[in-house]
Formats: sequence, C-alpha cells, structure tokens
Amino acid sequence: MSKILEDLRYADSHEWVKLEGDIATIGITDYAQHALGSIVYVDMPEVGDEVTQGEDFGAVESVKAASDLISPVSGEVVEINEALEDEPELVNQDAFENWIMKVKVSDPSEIDNLLDAAAYAKICEE
Amino acid sequence: MKTYDKLIFELSKPGRKGYSLPENEYKTDGLSSIPKDLLRKEVADLPEVSELDVVRHFTNLSSKNFGVDTGFYPLGSCTMKYNPKINEELSALPSFTNLHPLQSEKTVQGALELYWNLQEMLSNIAGLAEFTLNPYAGAHGELTGLMVMRQYHISRGDEKRKKVIVPNSAHGTNPASAMVAGLEVVEVKSKPNGSIDVEDLKPLLDDSVAGIMMTNPNTLGMFETEIMEIANLVHNAGGLLYYDGANLNPLLGKVRPGDMGFDIMHINLHKTFSTPHGGGGPGSGPVGVAKHLVDFLPNPRVVKNEDGSFSIKSEDQSLGNISSFLGNFGVMMKAYAYILSLGKENIKNVGPLATLNANYIKESLKDDYLLPIEGVCKHEFVFDGLKDKSTGVTTLNVAKRLLDYGFHAPTIYFPLLFHESMMIEPTETESKETLDEFIDVMHTVAKEARENPEVVKSAPLTTIVRKLDETSAAKNPILSYRSLKANAK
Repeated sequence: MSKILEDLRYADSHEWVKLEGDIATIGITDYAQHALGSIVYVDMPEVGDEVTQGEDFGAVESVKAASDLISPVSGEVVEINEALEDEPELVNQDAFENWIMKVKVSDPSEIDNLLDAAAYAKICEE
Repeated sequence: MKTYDKLIFELSKPGRKGYSLPENEYKTDGLSSIPKDLLRKEVADLPEVSELDVVRHFTNLSSKNFGVDTGFYPLGSCTMKYNPKINEELSALPSFTNLHPLQSEKTVQGALELYWNLQEMLSNIAGLAEFTLNPYAGAHGELTGLMVMRQYHISRGDEKRKKVIVPNSAHGTNPASAMVAGLEVVEVKSKPNGSIDVEDLKPLLDDSVAGIMMTNPNTLGMFETEIMEIANLVHNAGGLLYYDGANLNPLLGKVRPGDMGFDIMHINLHKTFSTPHGGGGPGSGPVGVAKHLVDFLPNPRVVKNEDGSFSIKSEDQSLGNISSFLGNFGVMMKAYAYILSLGKENIKNVGPLATLNANYIKESLKDDYLLPIEGVCKHEFVFDGLKDKSTGVTTLNVAKRLLDYGFHAPTIYFPLLFHESMMIEPTETESKETLDEFIDVMHTVAKEARENPEVVKSAPLTTIVRKLDETSAAKNPILSYRSLKANAK
C-alpha cells in the first residue's frame, strides 16, 4: 500500500502540493514513484519559468517509461530540487521528502481544485 | 564457447595482424604526399587480431543472437513474423544488386518496374491512390505522411492547421513525428477498452486541426468500431486521417484503410511484409495517400509512361526529397517477393491466422494472467501482469524468466494504460505446437511465482549475463570501448 500524507493536496495526475503562504512545494506521490519503478532522470523546469495548473512542467523518466509532470498550481518557479539532477533515485527513496519544485502561486484559490488525501486514496485504489 | 562474452578489443595483441603484404618495393609509404594537417596525430585505436580471432569472435557472438530463425518472438506491436528465405534469394539477384542509382533510366527499367508494381500492389491493399516507397523506416514514413498533411493545408492557404490529434494509447513515435514535422500534439482520451473516446474527440475538432493519427486495430489489439463516425467528424472539421500501419497485419487483404476514410498511411514493410526487422533490417516505410494528396508525395517518383516504359520524375508541388534516390530498394524486393509468393488469395489468410493465434494464447492464459479487456482481439492483446498480485512478481520478472525457457520476452510496460502491461503478438507463422509450448511455459512461470517467487524475481538464471542493472545503464551509459576503459580507470 502506497503512503499518502494527510496534510497535502493531490492532483489526479499523481502530484502532491504543500502550500505555505504563497509558496507551493510540489512533488510526485509515493504511488506514482512505485508505479514508475526506478527513476533515472527528472526533467525539471528552470527557476523563473511560469507554470500553469493542469499543464506539463517537466517529465520523470524511469526504466519503464517517461511520464509528463503536470503542474497542480499556476505561478512562477522559485526553486528546483537540484539534488535530483545527480540523484533522481531519491524520489524512489522518499517521494514526499524529495520535492521537485517550489512555485510562488498566482492564485492560491486554485488549491481548491485539488483532491484531499481521502479523495486521492480512492483514485489509487481504483 | 557458451560463455564467450569478449569484446574484440580485448583480444588485441600489439603487432598481431590478419594479413601479410609483400615487401614495399617503392621508396615511399605514400603518406608524405598527403598534407600534414590532414594526417591524424595519434594512431587509431584499432584491435590487432588474426583472421582466426576475427572469425571465432563473430561466429561465437552470432550464436548468441536470438531471432525469429531461432525461436518464438511474441514481441507485441512489432509483428516479428518469419522472413521467408525466398525473399533473401530474390533480393540477392546480381542483376539487381549490381545496379547503381545513377545509371540511366533505360538501363534500370526492371528495377523501376518492380518499384512501380510494388507501389501499385500496396495501393490496392491499402485502398489508396498512390504510394511512395522512398521512406527508410516506420517513423520516417510517419514524418513523410505528416509533411504531406502539412503541405496539403498550406497549399490551400490554410496555414493555421497545426493540431495533430493522437490517442493517449498511441505508439510514442506518433507524437514524436508530429513534433518533428513542426505540428502540435493534442491528446484524445481512450475509453476503458482502449478505443478512442468520441465524446472527448468532438470538442478538439476546431479549425486548427490538421488531422488525427490512429492505428486500427488500436494498441490493445481491438478494432475501432466507431472509425466511420470518427472519419466523418474529422473530415467535416477539415482535418485529414492518418493511419499508422503498425497494426495492419490482421487486416491484410480484408479491410482497406482507404475504405475506412484514411487519407494518408504508412506501411512497415519490415512488419507486415516479412522483411527483416529489429537488429537486422534495414526497414522501409512506404507512404500511401488518397487521390487529392498524390501531388504532394516526395520526389523522386517512378511513373509509368504510355508506351509501358518507366521514368523517374520530380514534381513541383511535391514536399521535396526525403531520402537519397528511391529508398531502401533491397527491402522493397523482399516485400515484392513476399506478396507474389502469397498471391491474392493467400494474403487474405494472414490476418485471420494471426488473429486466431493471438486469441488462442489469450484465452489459454487468462486464468493466470490479468486480462483487462475481455472480448475477441485482433493480432495482439495486452495482459496487465500476473493475476495474483500478492507474490510481488512483476511483468519484468516474468519477461526475464521467459528467457530461461528459451523464448523472447513480449513487449513489456507498453501501452502505458496499465501498470504491468505485457503485450503479446504471436503472428500467423507460428504452429499450434509452438503456441502450446509458450502457453505451457507461461503457466509454469505463473506457478513458480506462486510457489517459489524468489526464482522468478532473480531470473534470468541461465543467460550469459544475469539481471542487468537498468538504472545504472540508463544513468551512466557505457557505449564504446573508449568509455569502458575510461570508466575502469
């Protein structure tokens, strides 16, 4: 059974968000890393890039497949997790600890479009 | 020599040669006449080996090849059918192999006639007006076909049409080819059975749509029953329909893409028409078009003159050249031999036999393997891994274990619609005995997974190299002897 953290919000495309003030920390879920298998590359945006809710901002490549990363919020990228450039496998070790990017959100109310932990757990069971 | 796994560089001994030359009776080695800046500064790092070293090396390596000639190869979506040896015999005829593409037309009439006849046969099979045989491979055909699509819209002054609709279950080459052709990819969702969701398609069809790319049967081996409605919708919106020929095999001689409303298609001669595939090849990806698109086909083209002779022509409206000369001619000869040896009547048996074989395996294995889409499939189908998920044995484990039993693994982890995809395509050329052997082994592996999962998880056990470290291979690829040496340091 994959781990799902209670205090986060989730996209049905398997990204998680933690909103603190107007800064959203974003990663992929434990379920996603498990489904992907050994991750060999994380294609991240650059600081300063604009991302849009529901549109792709990068990709995760595993030995099985390459999958688009879909941004759960809109705003400007203020930080990326540079550790993933050399060690993408960190996402497999702990998908919630090893976030991918931080975004200064342009519209905090967008978070209401996302799922809570219980709703996301349901999607994973299907 | 069962365990032989050396690189030819590792056999190298300084000074060892595979030849002996008479003493040089001239005063010069010839190098002094070449300008200094054109000479290399270091001696090339070539292996120094004897003739016998070379012969043994490559003979031993060749015995490690796995191909359709050595065993069953159920690689879904690849149509790894048997390549009849008569194809090789005919394509090796010196009267063809000794031709040069720059010879004058009147000395290569036979070759041009073969080209013209083959494109005519493919046009009949596809229900389209004309084919170019110039593209070198499937993805090259896709690119060429999309360039025709683009050229068509531009010729009508409708330059805003850049959207290409691709199902989310499509082969990865479809969106890739569209991007390379300078078009934009829009995904259309599939229904649970893998066919296109018509309701999801409708809102995408505006005046920026260039066309849609489809396979039929789709990636799950199911026939797109709503194809006529899809064709009407796309055509009414001003778009074109592109048929990816990857899954043409089950329809061969029975159903014509042109009759389903497709305007452009490519055929993989190396899949459907039994020319070598995979590590062999080379491939060939002829592109066919409906009547209103013929003028946009790439140059050069072979035309039949009124007096029955053949000429090579270039047309002004064409999208231009996409290959040198007329493509991979040797491959065309093999496909031509295949069509002629089967004949009009027998070519119609290819699809039904491929379909029967696929359904036989599917029904025989669905007690142990999870079949997400019930119903009669065409030439291939997808399992979502083992039915019993409690053992922790994955599709990758099963694939590796099959190698121990002497079978090539099926396509795994594609399509992405399921987590543990296993895509099986037996092709029409396998006997019931071979299919039964495969079915038995698949049942054995499922039983091992229940009773002794560690064996399956640690497979392969009998191959020369055991389970490969795919993560390191993807992160730190060592692709040459030079980088192997550098890495060892």
